[in-house]
Amino acid sequence: MDALVQLRGIKKSYGGVKALRGVDFDIRPGEIHALLGENGAGKSTLMKVLGGDISANEGTIIVDGKTANYRGPADAKASGIQMIHQELALAPDLSVAENIYLGALPTVIKWRDLNRAAGEVLDRFGFDIGPREIVGKLPIALQQIVEIAKALSKKARIIVFDEPTAVLSGKDAERLHEIMLQLRAQGVGVVYISHRLDEVFEVADRMTVLKDGETVGTIDAKDTDVAQIISMMVGRRMSAMFPEKPETEIGHEVLRVENLGRGRKVLGVNFSVRAGEIVGLGGLVGSGRTEVAKMIFGADPIETGKVYLNGEELRLKSPHDAVRAGINLLPEDRKGEGVVIDFPIKVNSTMAMMGKITNKFGFIRHSTESRDITELTDQLTLKCGHIGDPVSTLSGGNQQKVVLAKWMFAGGELIIFDEPTRGVDVGAKSEIYGLINQMAADGKAVLVISSEHQELFGICDRILVMGNGALQGELLPPDFSDENLLHLAMASGVAEQNGANDV
Amino acid sequence: MSSKATGGTSEVIEKRPFDKAEFIEKYSTFGIFLILVVVATLWTDTFLTERNMLNVLRQVAAGTGIMAVGMLFVILTRGIDLSVGSIQALGSVLCGYYIVQLDISIWFGIPLVLLSGAACGAITGLFVAYLSLPSFVMSLAMMAMARGLSLVYSQGQPIVLGKAGAAITEFGSGRFLNVPMPVWLMAFIFIVAGITLNFTKYGRIIKAIGSNEEAVRLSGINVPRYVASVYVISGVLAATAGIIAASRTGIGSSQVGVGAELNVIAAVVIGGASLMGGRGGVINTLIGALILGVMTNLMNLAGVPGYHQQVWMGVIIAVAMLLHFSVTKIKN
Repeated sequence: MDALVQLRGIKKSYGGVKALRGVDFDIRPGEIHALLGENGAGKSTLMKVLGGDISANEGTIIVDGKTANYRGPADAKASGIQMIHQELALAPDLSVAENIYLGALPTVIKWRDLNRAAGEVLDRFGFDIGPREIVGKLPIALQQIVEIAKALSKKARIIVFDEPTAVLSGKDAERLHEIMLQLRAQGVGVVYISHRLDEVFEVADRMTVLKDGETVGTIDAKDTDVAQIISMMVGRRMSAMFPEKPETEIGHEVLRVENLGRGRKVLGVNFSVRAGEIVGLGGLVGSGRTEVAKMIFGADPIETGKVYLNGEELRLKSPHDAVRAGINLLPEDRKGEGVVIDFPIKVNSTMAMMGKITNKFGFIRHSTESRDITELTDQLTLKCGHIGDPVSTLSGGNQQKVVLAKWMFAGGELIIFDEPTRGVDVGAKSEIYGLINQMAADGKAVLVISSEHQELFGICDRILVMGNGALQGELLPPDFSDENLLHLAMASGVAEQNGANDV
Repeated sequence: MSSKATGGTSEVIEKRPFDKAEFIEKYSTFGIFLILVVVATLWTDTFLTERNMLNVLRQVAAGTGIMAVGMLFVILTRGIDLSVGSIQALGSVLCGYYIVQLDISIWFGIPLVLLSGAACGAITGLFVAYLSLPSFVMSLAMMAMARGLSLVYSQGQPIVLGKAGAAITEFGSGRFLNVPMPVWLMAFIFIVAGITLNFTKYGRIIKAIGSNEEAVRLSGINVPRYVASVYVISGVLAATAGIIAASRTGIGSSQVGVGAELNVIAAVVIGGASLMGGRGGVINTLIGALILGVMTNLMNLAGVPGYHQQVWMGVIIAVAMLLHFSVTKIKN
């Protein structure tokens, strides 16, 4: 079969860093081609070359048998290549319909036509979003869907999905897979980038694995399995992903939450976490997990209920209070909430506990800071050029380690991880699991929120499952399974319908 | 320029490699200033004389210079303070009001003026920080209030400092090592601000707030307190500029600093600070203020009529910004 687009021997360097060292990649009509690899392997760079966002130092792009010479993204779009980026490029104050047709809006807008056309695109792919809704008010998962609809509204011969399911719940991710299959049936070439390998195996026809800017290989999906792909990505088997837990003693009760509630989002949640214990908080996206975490951290107001730390009731009005009490939060949105991305690694690492690196007049002791943070980054095996470099120069996994460094430096008693490995590559994931285990072994109480069930099963001592703002149940290791977890998470849907009158 | 290879293997901490784009971004303001000075020197005979240089510095000190420091702090947190010109006028009037009309001694009067400036800034700051009102709107309101108060306390008439305020006017015309006292004061303020921004926890936090306020808040830092404080600093420095204005002219006047906020913002922005917060430095801000000062001086020396001068100032601001943006664009 002839390829729609062929990339031949693509090389790209940034300064001295070789991002791509001669990569070959091709996309055929009517196939779903997964592009896999750890963060920093060069996937995004390769797709930027394909999309005309950057130009390669060497190599050729062949479209329909002819060498293409892109001057910018517009040229790539003109040849039918559409990109759906991980980072949303939406105008939050405009409606869904306006966003979908942004860039193609007529001089005089006929609202009825515009909304109908947008409605058709959304309906065709089975999304339940109104074209008149304001994008900024939608949950992030639905915003992602608007972004996808935007690409689908245009004539496309190749569509690149760059980690589209990172923020989607299981149901939406499945719908997305159906769309990919529809596109494939229409003869579109689909490129699918994702860290969720189980999902990739559901739909992909072929897989290409990149490692350190080189192609490890391209294989048909039916000839391989998850374990082989992982070993291609990192050169080790999957069983190595969850590190052995160190001997950990479960101590006294550190956190106790009583009847915590806010509006309809969180409905009277009770639980506790002990020192040395890793407790998972599972459930679907939007079930109130993040809200619980933010309330315990003082970042969101508490309407009802009490939070106790070491038996003492806390009055939390801001994260400032929480951090002083010894509560740490590694937030879900790393770039928006976790790090000051343009600022140096060391500045981010010391931000939560600047008292340790300042004298009594507030002057920063730069040498102490550099020494302490160098020590800490070594301990975390953080891969960086220099601790004075901005966090933006790091890969996702290493950025996450900076947030970890911040809390390790601050040294609290309770640490809450909200989606600790989102957008983090397999190798770094494993390291982060090791660090979480280590923190528990050091006597901290750990609460982990995650949408990846395997992650919870791999590291937690027990898992609390939330659904519709309430705690639905608890799982202990013998009961760890997708079925049990989903049963608790989804059963609440029925419960809510039955109990609607009680609210 | 070639990117030098950095040796220094003996150092415990490895030096960062030379970054051309970063170098240009850092020193482009200085480059513009240098070009302007060279042009001015070649164009006129009088520019590069000690007398004229000190004159420029004195004008900068009494005009935009000191206020630019406060504005820099505010802009670093991604805010804006439109009230500085009005608070300057209020400072100038209160100088006369407290010391001449209320007959308060200068040792209490001056701190009282500064405290009044701080109070104005605190009102803006508290509303911005704790009620999340936009700084643009809140400082616009304070701009009207402070100007109004300056008219109220002066009853629309200039207050002559005269004998009671002799110490102030002596400061305004005084010199130390042949350099005017206001210039020393400005230098002192810039040095303190530079140290604060680069070497203290406070400076680091306000820059970080401008870059990503939420991340700073979620690091457990009491963000509102820091945000409010920058407006207080700006208010105090604006009042200081008001005192200097009074010291130079010998009167407290409500007509001081009309439109000054725009020149002050221009100085900070020409100095390379980003209105999106998080980026900017004290030295570049000083150079930004000096660029505006040298421009005015150059036009005076070259005999450009006053009305035309305003037009050219606008052109210069636009050109400086253009250079900045084209330079930072090279970076990407």
